[in-house]
Amino acid sequence: MSMGDTPSNSHAPEPSPGTTHPAADVQHALPEPGTGGQAGPALSLRGLAKSFGAKAAVAGIDLDVPAGSFYGLVGPNGAGKTTTLSMATGLLRPDAGEVRIHGVDVWEHLVEAKRLVGVLSDGVKLFDRLTGEQLVTYAGLLCGLDRPTVDERVRDLLALLDLEGAGGTLVVDYSAGMTKKIALACALVHAPRLLVLDEPFESVDPVSAANIRDILAGYVRSGGTVIVSSHSMDLVQRMCDHVAVIANGRVVAAGTVDEVRAGSTLEDRFVELVGGRRHAEGPEWLRSS
Amino acid sequence: MVAILVRLRLLVLWNTLKRSPWQAVWIVLGTLYALGLIGLALVGLVVLGFTSPEVARTALILAGSALILGWIVVPLLTVGVDQTLEPAKLVTFPIPLRTLILGLTVSGIIGIPGAATLLAALGSAAAWWRHPAAVLASIVCAVLGVITCIVASRTVTTLGTGLGAGRRYREISGIIVMIPLMLLGPIIVSVTAGLGDIASVLPRLADALSWTPLGAAWAVPGDIAVGNWLVATAKLLIALATIAVLVLIWASSLRAALVSPPSDSSRARRSGKLGFFTLYPASPTGAVAARALTYWIRDPRYARQLIVIPLVVVLMIFYSNLNNSSGLVSIAPALIALVLSISIYTDVSYDGTAFAMHLASGVSGVADRAGRVLAIATFAVPLIVLVTVASVWVSEAWRMLPAMLGLSLGVLLTGFGVASVTSATVVFPVPQAGDNPFKSPPGAAVPSLLASFGSWVVIGILALPELTLTIVSAVTGQMLYGWLSLATAVVLGTLFLVLGVRIGGRTLDRRGPELLARLRS
Repeated sequence: MSMGDTPSNSHAPEPSPGTTHPAADVQHALPEPGTGGQAGPALSLRGLAKSFGAKAAVAGIDLDVPAGSFYGLVGPNGAGKTTTLSMATGLLRPDAGEVRIHGVDVWEHLVEAKRLVGVLSDGVKLFDRLTGEQLVTYAGLLCGLDRPTVDERVRDLLALLDLEGAGGTLVVDYSAGMTKKIALACALVHAPRLLVLDEPFESVDPVSAANIRDILAGYVRSGGTVIVSSHSMDLVQRMCDHVAVIANGRVVAAGTVDEVRAGSTLEDRFVELVGGRRHAEGPEWLRSS
Repeated sequence: MVAILVRLRLLVLWNTLKRSPWQAVWIVLGTLYALGLIGLALVGLVVLGFTSPEVARTALILAGSALILGWIVVPLLTVGVDQTLEPAKLVTFPIPLRTLILGLTVSGIIGIPGAATLLAALGSAAAWWRHPAAVLASIVCAVLGVITCIVASRTVTTLGTGLGAGRRYREISGIIVMIPLMLLGPIIVSVTAGLGDIASVLPRLADALSWTPLGAAWAVPGDIAVGNWLVATAKLLIALATIAVLVLIWASSLRAALVSPPSDSSRARRSGKLGFFTLYPASPTGAVAARALTYWIRDPRYARQLIVIPLVVVLMIFYSNLNNSSGLVSIAPALIALVLSISIYTDVSYDGTAFAMHLASGVSGVADRAGRVLAIATFAVPLIVLVTVASVWVSEAWRMLPAMLGLSLGVLLTGFGVASVTSATVVFPVPQAGDNPFKSPPGAAVPSLLASFGSWVVIGILALPELTLTIVSAVTGQMLYGWLSLATAVVLGTLFLVLGVRIGGRTLDRRGPELLARLRS
């Protein structure tokens, strides 16, 4: 796997934003319309915070995701990854802080920001009484694409994700891995400049996971930006060029993968940063021999 | 082990109380309500003791049979037996089947419905205060009756939500059970119609029921009181056999459920069938409409609301024939319009977290609202016109057609507007996609009843002009008022519909993330 290759500034046909959106007023909200990634961060979080009751799920996160990067977000369970990503994509209102996607203030210009970003949320259902094909079509039409564009992209995406045979099956009858893939297709259909994927590889079989990785790598090469959250350090180390470690609602380390792992493996470094590793063999009665 | 299951049940009850103060309030209110009912029942039972044993016997058999029937039906309809100890959740623990059944039965008595049933059943002894032998028998039989209630209820839910069965069967089983139950009234009346008036029908009905699993246990004390020991013994055996058979069925379905988790037979079909997506224009509104209409057909939670409509028509025609009056037939279209139009007030709640897709796509609230209304209007408007014409035809009052059309269309359009606002504002606890459509989460019944009642009142007030004009037209018999009613309905209804979609849409734009946060919880 090639690591840290410089993303090109040119836009390949697939992730080309803006061109098919009927809303012309999107453009004025963009600081530099038409220019690609390198101008500023694809996503920038400033002082982002959210509490549920007395518990602070996210306690002031500052993060810059460079445009054209493949960014990994790792952290233990309950660290605030999903909450952060929900707030970054306009799905959950933060208590405090600012989110900008390619310079657009997400919570000031919700609709404009949402056109720039594709989201795969963890732990939300899909409209699973639709067939896979209908679901992706639905996602495309909701974003305001016209029918010929949607039809073409749905065909391409189903082929890309190896779901052609299952396009006519109800999503409720899909396996967990197929459901992830169809959700990914929904996130991709409006050709966003930024992809935010919460646990995209959970319960996906190794072959599909490798295919999805290739698709994402291609998307990044063509100028798009990808943020993935994952539990798999090994995967993040091989796949991503940047990584941020989150624990207890704060960023404990962020930068390129090489900077963060500092010569060690990402997994060892993660355990070191987050703590909580115990060296014990477990209680006596659990040892069966 | 049984004690552990019971303790678990109590712990869950206690934790729900701690978690949400409102749930606690509902449970306290429910307890008070149940206690009040039991108090009333006890007074009634003592009074019953003054009458002849035959009367007491008839009343107790009928009430007891209704009780068992209620225990079977209610879980399929609403809150029902607590599902905390669902077999699916216990499947990983090494609990012997025998223990599991005993634990589930005992824990079924804990909780308001179970405890209330037990108290009321034991209270039935009060009716026999003049017959000591019957008092003893009634205590034993009350316990048998309550066990029958709980075991029957558990058996039906285990069968109905059949863990081992496929998704489709699981989903429609509730609806299948529903249809005969709704037609129960007409069936009983037509069966007993030849038997004469109510006073002579009831004892015969009770007699017949006393030989069935529903009434056997409740009949024993009455038979003892009148000295019919042989018949009493036979019925006691029927009651015991009922429990034994139910437990056997329950055990076998539970055994099947424990080893075969829910499975789905997924058929691979060719792509290229976009269904309703080709019917509506390729816009966000059209897409929402296509999706919603697909759900009206494919999702049993929506479908069950449609099943009610033909049943309402059948029931109305039946009862109006019974009374020889066409009043019920005339208001049926307006009632159906009311039920249909506010059926979309739980739309966002039914979406559940899938609503995140709407939010992530940045679709405008107005498009979302308009699409959902468009979907239901696609079939509701023609349907309501059809039903109205049919009802006018049945009651042979063609002069009333414009007035009745005005009323039902007015209610329908206004209802769409009101429901568009409600569903964007409130999240109701509803069964999740794939759940039994008649199952509702604990604490759901009262809030959703309040909300639908509130919506009805608002619709009633907003539709007052066409309602008044329709009544005036009916009283004076002048067609002019009928046409005025129709015109008012179209103009005002459209206005309220547009307003509702606008207000609901703006609410959705503003409070979408909060709505999703509540759907997630």
